[in-house]
Amino acid sequence: MAILEIRNLTKSFGGIKAVDDVSVDVHENTLLGIIGPNGSGKTTFVNMITGFIRPDKGSVRFKGKELIGLTPYKITNMGIGRAFQMVKPFFHLPAFKNIIVPLSSDRVKATKGGGFGDKDAIALDILEEVGFERGSSVPYKTASVLPHGYLKRLELARLIALKAEVLILDELFSGLSIAEVTSIVPIIEKLLVEGKTIIMIEHRLKELFRIADNVIVFNFGKKIKEGKPKEILEDEEVKKAYLGVEV
Amino acid sequence: MLVAAGLNLLIKKRDMAKENYRKERIDRCIKARSDDIYAISSKNEILYLLFPRVIPIAALGIIALISPLYWQKVIISACIFAMLAVSWDFLSSCGMLSLGQALFFGIGSYIAGILNHYLNLPFYITIPVATISGGLLSTILLLPVVRLRGIYFAMVTLILPLMLMRGIEATRIFGGNEGITGLSPFPNIWVELIIIITAMWVTLFALRRFISSDYGLIFVSIRDNDRATMASGINIYAFKAQALFIGSCICAFCGAFMTHSYMFTGIPVFTMEFSILPIAASAIGGIGSLAGPLLGAFVLVPLSEILREFGTLRVVFYGLVLVICVVALPEGIFHYLSRKYNEMERWVKIE
Repeated sequence: MAILEIRNLTKSFGGIKAVDDVSVDVHENTLLGIIGPNGSGKTTFVNMITGFIRPDKGSVRFKGKELIGLTPYKITNMGIGRAFQMVKPFFHLPAFKNIIVPLSSDRVKATKGGGFGDKDAIALDILEEVGFERGSSVPYKTASVLPHGYLKRLELARLIALKAEVLILDELFSGLSIAEVTSIVPIIEKLLVEGKTIIMIEHRLKELFRIADNVIVFNFGKKIKEGKPKEILEDEEVKKAYLGVEV
Repeated sequence: MLVAAGLNLLIKKRDMAKENYRKERIDRCIKARSDDIYAISSKNEILYLLFPRVIPIAALGIIALISPLYWQKVIISACIFAMLAVSWDFLSSCGMLSLGQALFFGIGSYIAGILNHYLNLPFYITIPVATISGGLLSTILLLPVVRLRGIYFAMVTLILPLMLMRGIEATRIFGGNEGITGLSPFPNIWVELIIIITAMWVTLFALRRFISSDYGLIFVSIRDNDRATMASGINIYAFKAQALFIGSCICAFCGAFMTHSYMFTGIPVFTMEFSILPIAASAIGGIGSLAGPLLGAFVLVPLSEILREFGTLRVVFYGLVLVICVVALPEGIFHYLSRKYNEMERWVKIE
């Protein structure tokens, strides 16, 4: 059974259909890649799942429960975490205090022992997991002085802190060097081993296709193709949508 | 500009004189501090922490003790504005830009006045009651607009006190234009001074502690990025309402206190002065530190009294001082002082 059942999701902005009648099943413990040209509605699609935008039509069911109409914080507390494309850290707070905010959510508090104990230590553990060197001063630096690569890791760390079951990563690799991407990929693979479900929007197709179980392709708000990475690679329609992009 | 240029020149001169010296970094165990486990290990360390806290408290106490009655009244007024400014800074640290401290202040003042006038309750009952109920009432009034951000929230807070003011004037309730006079005063000036000074320090240190706790952290995160806070599973509207309650309780206390101090409450308690002066105090004292706005209020209120001699020109000089402060120290007096105090570098001779 699918952990996320998305049916007929539609949203228009004025006369433009940003997302047009998209239905997808996301199965538990798989990695779903979402690709498509710029402006094809990928981020709007994710915003509707996480409650930041209310769709005109359609339904999203998480483990059988309807998500449409719920506020973002409630959806997050149910176990759907999302990382933003434009990094959104708490700029005035040190990196490790950024993680204390999700640790204070109802979801984490409800888990065994989540409300007690030293949050600082838990936050530092999580930061180490995503590649903040523990002994160094990096976890203690204010987010405003951290380089872009660390801010992306911080987004990932927020989702790990939330113990999210479904992680939605919106262009996590954008703006990162190949070395940085290769150091983040094992973290994502580890999350899959732990049984998480991951949805990734990505333009770095090479890296995505290596780890994705399923891929859907967006163009002009419509889902034009769904399938295994290999099938997507060979599809003519997809090549046309991504004209000029060597895969 | 001129002052800043002069300062730069002085610093350059000093650096040139120290050509045979180099800067050495003193790490005052930054990491250990942020780990929250640093032990109070040495006398120097204890003094280093105590000095900036104990000295202002002692200084204000002594000044209040030896001042003539007129200046004691000025200190009381400064304390009231300091608390309003601290409350404004607290709300702004939670991402709520308020232009209506007068709303909270006025509501507290009217509740205390009504309780005292109609029910003859003494000040030690009216002030606590006015503090809590004033905070609740203000929060309920602003609850529908908690969802608004930035300037939209500010506009609503600006208009509400004016609405109440005209409402009272038009309906002539609670004394209408004349207000309620002849309220019971405090037994003597010393009681007044002790109450307001204690309340001010308690507010400052309690809020500073609160905002750096794990719980207070969430308020700061809302200001930094409310969408990311939502995506962290936090109900930001509930937290904003809590912040609003805390902030308005402080202002309502000030209002209730002033009602008994002046033995009067009326529509002047809703005037813009109570909204704007705290913001000016925060701007020159340093926004975001809570202690800065307090310092700013203790600069602005006595300054305004000293300038009273100049008559009509008072506002001109007052404005001039404000402009100089903002231009020369855009970060605020408090941030400047704290940076100098916690300076991490010292000059050592090159051997």
